[in-house]
Amino acid sequence: MPYLRTILAVCATVLSFAAQAEKLTIAAAADLKFAMDDLANTYRKANPGDEVDVIYGSSGKFHTQIRQGAPYDMFFSADIGFPRELVASGLAASEVKPYAVGRIVLWSGSLDATKITLASLTDPKITRIAIANPKHAPYGKRAEEALKTAGLWEKVEPKLVYGENIAQTAQYVQTGNAQVGVIALSLAVNAELASKGGYWMIPDNLHQPLEQGFVIIKHAQGNAAAKRFADYMGTKPARTVMTKYGFVLPGEVTGK
Amino acid sequence: MDANDLGAIWLTLKLASVVTILLLLFGTPIAWWLARTRSKLKGVFGAVVALPLVLPPTVLGFYLLLAMGPNGLVGKFTEWLGLGLLPFTFPGLVIASVFYSLPFMVQPLQNAFEAIGDRPLEVAATLRASPWDTFWSVVVPLAKPGFLSGAVLAFAHTVGEFGVVLMIGGNIPNKTRVVSVQIYDHVEALEYTQAHVLAACMLVFSFLVLLTLYTLNPNKVKGREQ
Repeated sequence: MPYLRTILAVCATVLSFAAQAEKLTIAAAADLKFAMDDLANTYRKANPGDEVDVIYGSSGKFHTQIRQGAPYDMFFSADIGFPRELVASGLAASEVKPYAVGRIVLWSGSLDATKITLASLTDPKITRIAIANPKHAPYGKRAEEALKTAGLWEKVEPKLVYGENIAQTAQYVQTGNAQVGVIALSLAVNAELASKGGYWMIPDNLHQPLEQGFVIIKHAQGNAAAKRFADYMGTKPARTVMTKYGFVLPGEVTGK
Repeated sequence: MDANDLGAIWLTLKLASVVTILLLLFGTPIAWWLARTRSKLKGVFGAVVALPLVLPPTVLGFYLLLAMGPNGLVGKFTEWLGLGLLPFTFPGLVIASVFYSLPFMVQPLQNAFEAIGDRPLEVAATLRASPWDTFWSVVVPLAKPGFLSGAVLAFAHTVGEFGVVLMIGGNIPNKTRVVSVQIYDHVEALEYTQAHVLAACMLVFSFLVLLTLYTLNPNKVKGREQ
């Protein structure tokens, strides 16, 4: 049976090949939309054997899904609290690693947002303001805190519309359906969004810090690619990408 | 159940009622035309009406968001009328839902109208009934099961809407945050108890609606699928 032997040999080769190419599924907070696309591309170039899929959504949603056994390998949360809870519940395969501190900005597609401040949101000409849903999106929660600290919440609340995550919030503004939005700096600096309107940094003393962290999920225990990606996040190329998108990195001092 | 949940339930019922009434008004002539016409365009219009049955809600939501926004044709028109923009408003949800539930009203009605056939209308005409009189005295009584099915299905389908609302609603309490979205928010925030209460309400409601439909109208509901 010489053929059988050949077929088995081919099968074995294919199988061992498949085992080497690791598949990595990352659940990433929607504020990472552009940054993580960049990061994943750089990573793929350095590790051509690994297959990386990134799914974007609200951190709260991913937290819920992971608790229900979603097959993600890594979770990049916009709020470090979510991965910490996963570790506490024994659902993680690594410690929580802080990877960035996020910032919220006012962004507009139609107005010159560099001249808008929080106080100008009460202007009657501004009728719709988009924020992410504070109930499960960390950026929405911080937006709510900032508006409350500034004493504007009561006046602004009737104008608010709530995006399911920070990317949908940006999309509400981009389509012009809301004139202004409180979105992530990491989205506002993206070329397409930055070409319109501009943005205004919301002072970070108005809200709790947007401390962000990632964790390897228990599902990925033994997945070498997850480990490689975690290490990659600490490297210079990855840090350069993160800085490019306006993230303050762990161990760095907040700029303004 | 807190005030937000009750608000969401009230809003959902209001939305479904308004949509059902509008669909009875606009769906009936469309269904009538589709049932009676010999035009070559019947197929085209029939297909357009049925589109929401097969389209993902995201397609409808995406187009509506762009069309009703400040740069869209509908948005420019509503602003010109002084109505402002429709996304994130109750009227906006009503319009989206009318499109989304259109086939659920039109198709049962069309089938009911077709089932009447020419003869009762011809008889009415020989008795000198005007078309308007014929419609109210002959067509409506004969097509009653179709009206009932259409209204119940359109109402229930609007209550069950989620994707379109998520895309154009903006999740505003008492304006656009309907029950399905409220359940989603509860689940995302790990508030399973609240989610359970609302979800169970939806389940019981949907079952009762269908039960009513199939008990009141067993043969006709089946008949319309022939």
